[in-house]
Amino acid sequence: MLQEKGSALPEPDIADIRNYLASQENKTLLRFLTCGSVDDGKSTLIGRLLYDTKLIFEDQLAALEQDSKKHGTAGEEIDFALLVDGLEAEREQGITIDVAYRFFSTPKRKFIVADTPGHEQYTRNMATGASTADLAVVLIDARQGVLPQTRRHSIIASLLGIRHIVLAVNKIDLVGFDEAVFAKIVADYEAFSKDLGFVSVVPIPMSARYGDNVTRASENTPWYSGPSLLDHLETVDVEEGLAERPFRFPVQYVNRPNLDFRGFAGTVASGSIGVGEDVVVAKSGKRSRIKRIVTHDGDRERAFEGEAVTLLLADEIEVSRGNMLVAPDARPYVADQLAANVVWFDEHPLLPGRMYLLRTETDQVNATVSHLKHRVNIHNFAHEAAKCLELNEVGVCNFSLQAPIAFDSFEDNRTTGAFVLIDRLTNATVGAGMILYPLRRAANIHWQALDVTKASRAELKHQKPAVLWFTGLSGSGKSTIANLLERKLHAAGRHTYILDGDNVRHGLNRDLGFTEEDRVENIRRVAEVARLMADAGLIVLVSFISPFRAERRMARDLMDEGEFIEVFVDTPFEECARRDPKGLYARALKGEIKNFTGVDSPYEEPELADVHLKTAGREPEELADELEAWLRERGYC
Amino acid sequence: MPAPLTHLQRLEAESIHIMREVAATFAKPVMLYSIGKDSSVLLHLAMKAFYPAKPPFPFLHVDTTWKFREMIAFRDRMAAELGFDLLVHINEEGVRDGINPIDHGSNTHTHIMKTVALRQALDKYGFDAAFGGARRDEEKSRAKERIFSFRTATHAWDPKNQRPEMWKIYNTRVAKGESIRVFPLSNWTELDIWQYILQENIPIVPLYFARKRPVVERDGMLIMVDDDRLKLQPGEKVEERMVRFRTLGCYPLTGAIESTAQTLEEVVAEMLTARTSERQGRLIDRDEAGSMEKKKREGYF
Repeated sequence: MLQEKGSALPEPDIADIRNYLASQENKTLLRFLTCGSVDDGKSTLIGRLLYDTKLIFEDQLAALEQDSKKHGTAGEEIDFALLVDGLEAEREQGITIDVAYRFFSTPKRKFIVADTPGHEQYTRNMATGASTADLAVVLIDARQGVLPQTRRHSIIASLLGIRHIVLAVNKIDLVGFDEAVFAKIVADYEAFSKDLGFVSVVPIPMSARYGDNVTRASENTPWYSGPSLLDHLETVDVEEGLAERPFRFPVQYVNRPNLDFRGFAGTVASGSIGVGEDVVVAKSGKRSRIKRIVTHDGDRERAFEGEAVTLLLADEIEVSRGNMLVAPDARPYVADQLAANVVWFDEHPLLPGRMYLLRTETDQVNATVSHLKHRVNIHNFAHEAAKCLELNEVGVCNFSLQAPIAFDSFEDNRTTGAFVLIDRLTNATVGAGMILYPLRRAANIHWQALDVTKASRAELKHQKPAVLWFTGLSGSGKSTIANLLERKLHAAGRHTYILDGDNVRHGLNRDLGFTEEDRVENIRRVAEVARLMADAGLIVLVSFISPFRAERRMARDLMDEGEFIEVFVDTPFEECARRDPKGLYARALKGEIKNFTGVDSPYEEPELADVHLKTAGREPEELADELEAWLRERGYC
Repeated sequence: MPAPLTHLQRLEAESIHIMREVAATFAKPVMLYSIGKDSSVLLHLAMKAFYPAKPPFPFLHVDTTWKFREMIAFRDRMAAELGFDLLVHINEEGVRDGINPIDHGSNTHTHIMKTVALRQALDKYGFDAAFGGARRDEEKSRAKERIFSFRTATHAWDPKNQRPEMWKIYNTRVAKGESIRVFPLSNWTELDIWQYILQENIPIVPLYFARKRPVVERDGMLIMVDDDRLKLQPGEKVEERMVRFRTLGCYPLTGAIESTAQTLEEVVAEMLTARTSERQGRLIDRDEAGSMEKKKREGYF
């Protein structure tokens, strides 16, 4: 804004202020990000842009000069990076950790720029900045050329739907403004990015520190005849074609101030809708008509993409948050299986078989990665087989959802085709997904309705089906206690079965090892088998180390309410290692066995076990009695 | 194809979307109401977001007992006119200990009467989401903050470990005791705020307009003598000067600027030619480098 103040604009005439503001309103907005490898000068470039467009207030400039002396890395000169590196840790370390948003405008356009970190460790913060941007300025240090982070950021920008790139070959002053260096880097980048689907790639030789080709053409690069960075940003057209897209309205909030008003509040994700037009509820296929479009400023005849409105339907039909009102002749997919590109953000890898919370703009559902199709090698784009996705890796996964959701492909709609993955225990946002297509398997395999039900099977056996899940370290006494308990239940005429970790690994799970991925799959299979057995009316005793909370939670969610009983067999590590009935601890401690729980693989203790058996100083028989009493009190035996 | 939305229409829609998201996903949200211009815009947007219903959450004012008298009068008038549910919280322990900005300095006063008071209020009512009016263009650490900003059970912000925030898909999940601070005005600039106030005719505290007011010069700032608690120091004298405020806080900590701008248009015109940022009038940010980030980590908004 300050661009206009002082020099560029004459003192605003008060009488004209409304006209002036109206002209501001008609400016277009460009959201872009700066990205690239560490130390390529991203923050410096933004500082330079703000400085050259006179966007820095006097008090900020004074603070900057002071800061430059204290933390600056530019010697005696002003260190522009300090304008954007706002966190203390960033200023101390001279690096960018998280994305900063800055706002500026020129007489031609308004800009929101996201300055994103270059360190691989903070890639998720780069993705955060990229998710709302339409253009990426990819910086390259002219001395370094294309680096792994340049590739990683370009791939992520492409996956997130960015179609316009500025290739800022920075620090060109440090290679003597050499055209050959510039040409080589541009050729390298174009060769590698040709398959990333970019509509425009505009290379510019630049020195952010000295301002060459940032806001004005540089005399130091007479061989370069293209635009300066600011010229390009002011004029580049990032609008997607003019064709109107189908109407999509994800329902955010049902507004019911009284019995006569039932409004569906939300933001139009694409297309438009008018009063009297037909809409369909995506998940149910039910059809109705728009009765009113309500806003605080009065009813409207039409609502357009990007507007936050409240829709009233002509008919009383079931619609709730997470559903979508859509055009009847161009509906979204509704499915519980889909394939998507995934960027992984968490230190803990994405594991097939583990359940995550999948969240779209307004819907959320439990989802499991049913298949990790491949990982993308960022160096050569090769699709590689992988058992998990590590922090900052990109891959294609199939997902299986607990309930169907309504969606489009990300390519067709950046709003209705995106989701995030949330860890169900820590609530951390662990990944981002861009939907490719629904998987049809879901449509072809239906549940076969059966006449004899779980309840009737259980009734015949005069018992309440249950899954007793014994968890604890190896050697803690799980199998011993389970075995004693089964004898008691059997004697009392109950129908039971024990699924034992070691036994199952001889058959059903003999293809699995002890890596984290295999442990997750091991538990998933056993949980499914236990569910089938409970469905058959049995009392199932599962004796598995099952070290991870997430998998025990997954198993619990598979069963009916009250059917899953988590029994924590709590024996201290030292005691288990002392007992060592199979001699495994001795070998693990010597390093002869890898991924041994409690030694070099973690055991996550239950936080809310249904039964907590502290074994220290007690006999197995006594513990089995205690458990039997617990079950009797609750009507299981 | 219709004309694309104007800049303000887009900002308005984004803010409304954020507010509805909170109302739909949190058990007990609250909107912080600080009576300033940003709060006035926030309140106006909340009235729009849930129309024809009233906002489905209360408004909380953390009163340091040192606000301008005109602010308190304005607050009570707005609550009566718009009929929203207003909660006022004062740190009574601080009052008992006589904590004030003049004797204890801005740091201690702000910490006890604002940051601690806010934590008390959030704990007392058990709010799991709290809206604030902060904007990213205000200050460097704010520029780094998410729209949905996670707080631990002790209200702490961990700037080095923020949740990724992709698209408009907000992670609203918190465990018991944890909460989220939500900033619907994140992407607004100071100019956008004024422009919107002008366009929508939003009522604001008259202190934003120039009038003759009694002020003293102290520490290079013009401090208004709002009541007799402001004791004059040797050499200070009260003068009637034509002044107004760019931001509002506790009166002994908020510097006035000399101005003749008496209408919204004049205020905007003045802003366009301003050579200093709005937070310059706030003692609180200058006390120490990185002070805003430090306060935020402790639970300040």
